[in-house]
Amino acid sequence: MTKPELKQYDTVKYSRIYALGAARGELVVTNDDIAGPIDSSDEWIRQRTGIVTRRRAGANTSLMDMAVAASNEAIKGAGIDPKEIGAVIFSTITHQHATPSAATMLAELVGANPAPAYDISAACAGYCYGIAQADALVRSGVAKFVLVVGAEKLSDVIDPTDRTISFLLGDGAGAAIVGPSDYAGIAPTVWGSDGSKWDAVGMTSSMLDYRDGKSSWPTIRQEGQTVFRWAVWEMAKTAKKALEVAGIEASDLSALVTHQANIRIIDEMVKQLDLPEHVAVARDIVNTGNTSAASVPLAMHELLRTGAVKSGGYALEIGFGAGLAFAAQVVVLP
Amino acid sequence: MALSQTEVLAGLAEIVNEETGIATDAVALDKHFTNDLDIDSISMMTIVVNCEDKFGVKIPDEEVKNLETVGDAVNFIVSAS
Repeated sequence: MTKPELKQYDTVKYSRIYALGAARGELVVTNDDIAGPIDSSDEWIRQRTGIVTRRRAGANTSLMDMAVAASNEAIKGAGIDPKEIGAVIFSTITHQHATPSAATMLAELVGANPAPAYDISAACAGYCYGIAQADALVRSGVAKFVLVVGAEKLSDVIDPTDRTISFLLGDGAGAAIVGPSDYAGIAPTVWGSDGSKWDAVGMTSSMLDYRDGKSSWPTIRQEGQTVFRWAVWEMAKTAKKALEVAGIEASDLSALVTHQANIRIIDEMVKQLDLPEHVAVARDIVNTGNTSAASVPLAMHELLRTGAVKSGGYALEIGFGAGLAFAAQVVVLP
Repeated sequence: MALSQTEVLAGLAEIVNEETGIATDAVALDKHFTNDLDIDSISMMTIVVNCEDKFGVKIPDEEVKNLETVGDAVNFIVSAS
């Protein structure tokens, strides 16, 4: 008696991003609003970081509120029925429940129940990690459409007196729908991690220390110089590799969308990549601040919304941050 | 072959000038990067990486905080070259 052969997924050749969605915290927080506790000034913060305002969510706006708003815009823009979503990937470091995941609630709230849904913790690289996974899920035939969300309410984990990172941070959510395509829309992802620098950026303490009264509420800190060096010079190598595996040159790009960590990281990376002037460089950090996993989709959405770039061009997107974790890929702008 | 202090100081002054616009002759051995030259941590890291490229030395992250003055940086680079 012969065993019946197992069926496997039918693969799909190409994938692409169909549409993006964006939501930012409703509060516009100026440098003057936050300069006092860090003994700083508007001028100092602008010079050092490029930030003029950061967007933060008020007490009545949740991480999930922003994620739902961004997701609904992406789903509408993609012109799909949320029931067609075959997976929901939610990247965040500010979902304050270790379990259950934020993704299952998001799936329910956007009408994608019973899609498989899970969170990923890759901090500022999280959205690009999510796009890598969505690309793989779509092309392997596992899911027809994937909802990828990067969302953070970082204002829940900041220390107003911290001079290393808190004053940079904002709240927001960016979402993308990834699905099957007639053309190559997501080039191979160059991604990885470097756990030897696990302590370079992250929380001040564990929740166990907080429970046991050994620490105050954990907030985010970074070793600025270490992170800056890695973010510029190591990530420039990663960005160049992403162009190489995509089979294109920097001059073929319409846009560079880096994680919006600090304008000086962005400017230095532009220098390292020797980008031609016609390439639009996302600088959403100026008005939005650093929103970790949300920053890449928010910045890309803003370039498209303002007409700085057009649908169909190539964009190099790169996320990097705590872990240290990083991911870069060239995509066709939706 | 070890570089001379004069060579390193001249090269470092050029790098500082390129990053910050500070005149090369203001970059003297006794100058403090933060207090005298008003160089912040991000500019300092850019200067460090450019020094590594120019002088072919490795300056680890943990060493950077010890380089408080121009003289500290010059001496470290000379001894590492």
